[in-house]
Amino acid sequence: MKITPKIVDNHGVKKGEYKKIISLLGREPNLLELGIFSAMWNEHCSYKSSKKYLKTLPTKNSKVIQGPGENAGVIDIGDNDAIVFKIESHNHPSFIEPYQGAATGVGGILRDVFTMGARPIATLNSIHFGSQSHPKTRNLLTGVVSGIGDYGNCIGVPTVGGEVKFDSSYNENILVNAMAVGLVKKDKIFYSKAKGINKPVVYVGSKTGKDGIHGASMASAEFDNNTEEKKPTVQVGDPFTEKLLLEACMELMKDESIISIQDMGAAGLTSSSVEMASKGNLGIEIDLNKVPCREKNMTPYEIMLSESQERMLLILNPDKKENAEKIFKKWNLDFSIIGKTTNSKKLILKLSDNIVADLPLSSLSSDVPIYDRKWKKNILPKNSEELKKNTKINILDSLKQILSTPNNSEKSWVWEQYDSTVMADTIIKPGGDAAVVRIHGKNKGIAMTIDSSANYCLAHPLSGGKQIVCEVWRNLISVGSLPIAITNCLNFGNPEKDIVMGQFVECVDGISQACTYLDFPVVSGNVSFYNETQHKPISPTPTIGGVGLIKDLNKVVNKNFKEIGSLIIVIGKTLGHLDQSEFYREIFKIKNGPPPEINLFNEKNNGITVQKLISKELLNSIHDISGGGILVTLSEMCMTSNIGAKIKIPQNNINSHKYLFGEDQSRYIIEVKKDNKKEVCDILQKNAIYYEELGITQKENMELDEIFNISVKELNEININFFNKYFDEGK
Amino acid sequence: MKSSVIVFPGSNCDRDVAVALQKFKIKNQMVWHNDSSLPKSDLVVLPGGFSYGDYLRTGCIASKSKIIKEVIKHAENGGLILGICNGFQILIESGLLPGVLLRNKKLKFLSKNIFLKVIDVKNKFCVNYKNKNIIELPIAHNEGNYFASNELIKDLEDQNLIAFKYCDYKGNTTENSNPNGSINNIAGILNKNKNILGMMPHPERLIDPMLSGTDGSLMFEGFLK
Repeated sequence: MKITPKIVDNHGVKKGEYKKIISLLGREPNLLELGIFSAMWNEHCSYKSSKKYLKTLPTKNSKVIQGPGENAGVIDIGDNDAIVFKIESHNHPSFIEPYQGAATGVGGILRDVFTMGARPIATLNSIHFGSQSHPKTRNLLTGVVSGIGDYGNCIGVPTVGGEVKFDSSYNENILVNAMAVGLVKKDKIFYSKAKGINKPVVYVGSKTGKDGIHGASMASAEFDNNTEEKKPTVQVGDPFTEKLLLEACMELMKDESIISIQDMGAAGLTSSSVEMASKGNLGIEIDLNKVPCREKNMTPYEIMLSESQERMLLILNPDKKENAEKIFKKWNLDFSIIGKTTNSKKLILKLSDNIVADLPLSSLSSDVPIYDRKWKKNILPKNSEELKKNTKINILDSLKQILSTPNNSEKSWVWEQYDSTVMADTIIKPGGDAAVVRIHGKNKGIAMTIDSSANYCLAHPLSGGKQIVCEVWRNLISVGSLPIAITNCLNFGNPEKDIVMGQFVECVDGISQACTYLDFPVVSGNVSFYNETQHKPISPTPTIGGVGLIKDLNKVVNKNFKEIGSLIIVIGKTLGHLDQSEFYREIFKIKNGPPPEINLFNEKNNGITVQKLISKELLNSIHDISGGGILVTLSEMCMTSNIGAKIKIPQNNINSHKYLFGEDQSRYIIEVKKDNKKEVCDILQKNAIYYEELGITQKENMELDEIFNISVKELNEININFFNKYFDEGK
Repeated sequence: MKSSVIVFPGSNCDRDVAVALQKFKIKNQMVWHNDSSLPKSDLVVLPGGFSYGDYLRTGCIASKSKIIKEVIKHAENGGLILGICNGFQILIESGLLPGVLLRNKKLKFLSKNIFLKVIDVKNKFCVNYKNKNIIELPIAHNEGNYFASNELIKDLEDQNLIAFKYCDYKGNTTENSNPNGSINNIAGILNKNKNILGMMPHPERLIDPMLSGTDGSLMFEGFLK
């Protein structure tokens, strides 16, 4: 078959790239080879637009065992325990087919974690949808939530946290980012780098079918009007098989059978075989007749580019073949030796005795084109002056309105579809600042959170990038953990546009600055570009998952007020920054102005001091102040505990709207027993922390001076209303 | 006291229940679904999960697996059987307990803590609930909506074969406190001899004050009485 320019174009390979392929091979590729190039050279697999900037992120410190470049990142949590975690996007498939797209997103990220020998102990997710009035939103959210739920519930890994957000920029391009966290013994971590020549290459798991062919290439292009036609590129998940695969792998990993292991994710058998061999600086030879297939007469092209789920590629210790086969047979999974490692540094694919592809591995790894794309600098927008005209707006009405919006509503309608308590180690369930899961059988645990703030990133990417790292850090602090590291999922539009590329470059810069300052390295992640439909990009949405260590589970704190008559204190300075706030967005419908500024010194100082207070067990409860400012944060503390609060705005010359709804950063609300007041204030003063007494907790009602008095019960009803109405009653 | 936890492909609460049994000094063994003999046990537990992926019907394929013949024999000899969640579904599919479990009323998976009223304490599983008959446990299921004919429900009520009913925190068995639409708020039932209990809530998930409660512990502790 003659490779025409049209075929090249259909594979998403640019003209210049095709020329480079010809010069690397010294000939034209055949169709199978072109397919393989297209799979390895696309944005999703090659990071060709982002690599230059990802290199600037801090990825190391004394706790990092494995940074980016493996199936997932690994951190040391002491006592020979390590935590393996990663986040990944499944945006494009989820928009085309929400249930399967989201389900396989969860399946893929779980495999990344257990490939490394870790048993998954939690998953989280960040999902973004279009506005509530968009006709697709209800259906997409319902499908995504049940897809995530059905997969995680069936495999028996608790879904412990996440976020659900709505914004019209996702109307035609939703985001589904899933994070998985696993636990492994430090000396039992498995890697993907192949070692040794003539070692058996083994295929295990499900059979290969015709689903998901060119999924990664689909995810590396914008959507047009014909997304329906792309359904066959979406994979179909089977969590039952994944559960069997998980248990079989765990059983096999008990001894020294596996030399290296890689899951078949994006670009399936192609990328897994290429990655393993090229990391080991070896060659690999595969006989495609040996690959277990779902249907007869699948072509080499289909076999190599299928993204069928629940498959793994292993390089086995030859002496252990029989034992390994026995284990996979026990779990009713396919097990087939499909090839061997070689010293050729080539990928050789055979069908019977015919060589059907013969490619130097370097052409698929180190020679992948890298782009230094044009980008446009973002200027910090001017402050808006909206409030001066509207200072009389009713505070309680504004609070009620904010609490009733989709973004600020209580989301148990979503969480309750996820099994959050299987494995019986979940200490803080979804809805807290961070989730907490116990390390099985021990008195220590890990805190996990996932956050994004696309509004801030759109207004000023550099500030937004910094802010989101700090938000994650703060959430981890707020449950009593020591933040250790993050994983990031960078969701952006088309990088070939200088505006989008500028958003990316500056968000990454912001992330990098904050991570460096807080010693909070990035250990894994992924980039999802081309999140646009008909040339309209999404808001820049870096999503960040963070993990922290809790050394003593008796010291875990949460945001629920604990008793009546204790003190409520605000930590951190309130200046009243309203631009980009929920107050402006929801009450005034204005979206201009800069996001709140981050002062990294204050962030760190406030956070470390809060850690001290928690470790001395001086706090009843704590909640970081984020979207909606002090008043929304306080309402949340009341609503989760059904305890009220009586507060007064401190004398500080700030307009009350600004004080109550401003979104200044690096702040927390803490609840302190009266007896502990002196000790707490001493510590705050000694560490030069700005703080203000806000009021006291009381029975049932939330009360602001002489301005309003409302029952917590009523706030709760307003807060839970949206999801039940919108989804169950279709209103 | 000795127990066996049956592990089916797709079981996922097998470890959790084994941990609970061991915590309360019950000597436990894991038994593979394909085994043809059951170790000597006083109690057999069918754990929660998605045996055989819930394909065909929840619990259906598991009810035909090799070990179930032995489990039935164990029941006929008066041995104790506890089926939790998917285990309850398997007990129903294998005919050891009557009725059916339909999809939840709102057709959604539901994972949350709920309140239960312990209706019958004159059985081996619930002896410890004599002094505490309103308890809190987690549920996590998609098919827990118990349904049976009027005659059967009357039988269950008359013969005190309903172990648990969903209720509010005060113990009222109201429609609002019924999470899945089960007839008469039924959350768990016993067989006629009261040696088999099937229940949708998960006692093994609340055996630790750190996990916000110990109402599940009471059941496991009760086995030793």
